[in-house]
Amino acid sequence: MSDIAEVQSFTVTFIIRRFNPETDTEPYWQDFDVQMYSTDRVLDALHKIKWDVDGTLSFRRSCAHGICGSDAMRINGRNRLACKTLIKDLDISKPVYVEAIKGLPLEKDLIVDMEPFFAAYREINPFLQTSAKPEKEHIQSPEQRARFDDTTKCILCAACTTSCPVFWTDGQYFGPAAIVNAHRFIFDSRDEEAQVRLDILNSKEGVWRCRTTFNCSEACPRGIEVTKAIAEVKQAVLRGVR
Amino acid sequence: MTTAQASAAKTRIAGTLYRGHEGMWSWVLHRITGIAIYFFLLVHVLDTALVRISPELYNAVMASYKTPVMGLGELGLVAAIVFHAYNGLRIILVDLTGWGTRHQKAMFYVVLAMWAITMLGFAPRHLAHVFGA
Repeated sequence: MSDIAEVQSFTVTFIIRRFNPETDTEPYWQDFDVQMYSTDRVLDALHKIKWDVDGTLSFRRSCAHGICGSDAMRINGRNRLACKTLIKDLDISKPVYVEAIKGLPLEKDLIVDMEPFFAAYREINPFLQTSAKPEKEHIQSPEQRARFDDTTKCILCAACTTSCPVFWTDGQYFGPAAIVNAHRFIFDSRDEEAQVRLDILNSKEGVWRCRTTFNCSEACPRGIEVTKAIAEVKQAVLRGVR
Repeated sequence: MTTAQASAAKTRIAGTLYRGHEGMWSWVLHRITGIAIYFFLLVHVLDTALVRISPELYNAVMASYKTPVMGLGELGLVAAIVFHAYNGLRIILVDLTGWGTRHQKAMFYVVLAMWAITMLGFAPRHLAHVFGA
């Protein structure tokens, strides 16, 4: 057994922005030195800290495999999913900074209040609206399906919306995620209420607040071309859906 | 075996600066130049309006602009307007074409190159004029 090479491990310093609303008036940074393997993810480091060092560390995670969208956080200054961020992809010669996503009310440590985010999502009617009776399937060609394929991938993690400088300063802005999910139905050939959603997004806090910083496209852990989807909604508002 | 250890809390309170790419920094530059141009226009409207009140006063104000410091300010103003204009065209292409969003980074570097070319043509002539070579 001795000749089996041990998997290489190294010490990584994590600097985590902590906040306990019951004892702290302001958030503060705390260092943790964690023994990690190159195959580990940032989420594994948070687990080690929570399970072995400091059980008060609070963060959300459910599936831990990039599907549920619970563990979006700001890692080294960019929004990412902790469960999809490999240690080997980070520069571990320097500390790794982890903090909550920005622009939503901070509740505790890495947890924010997601309610304003979901409220914007609900406002754009994120469900199929059709007058046809549900007696048989709705026919759709592969080309018609491909039209909105990119925006079906959203997992509502809020990485895009909380990377948006407009959303940070104007919490009323619908935000990229709500527009992505509106796009998913606006361009669905089976849906009949595209104009309702376009009218909602033509409002003061709608698509025109987008300043094309592309932070959302770069933050999306699903690789959705978010700014492209927003631009397509802008064009649909001006010229109609096509 | 301890896998992790904590150390004392740091005193730094603020969060990290969001690390955006070309798109975010082009927006920051666009906004800074836009605000700078706005304040120039405010002053410009006021000093031009002076001519209706008193042509002598207008001339006095205009004369006070003909100093090296104001000359450098004019250079900054032209730099801001040129960037804002070229990047404005880039934003129009991003918003209103189907292909613009996929080429926004390349277009940002084209904006910077066109800005540099324009300023290389303008700055020497302007500075020679200001400093009266």
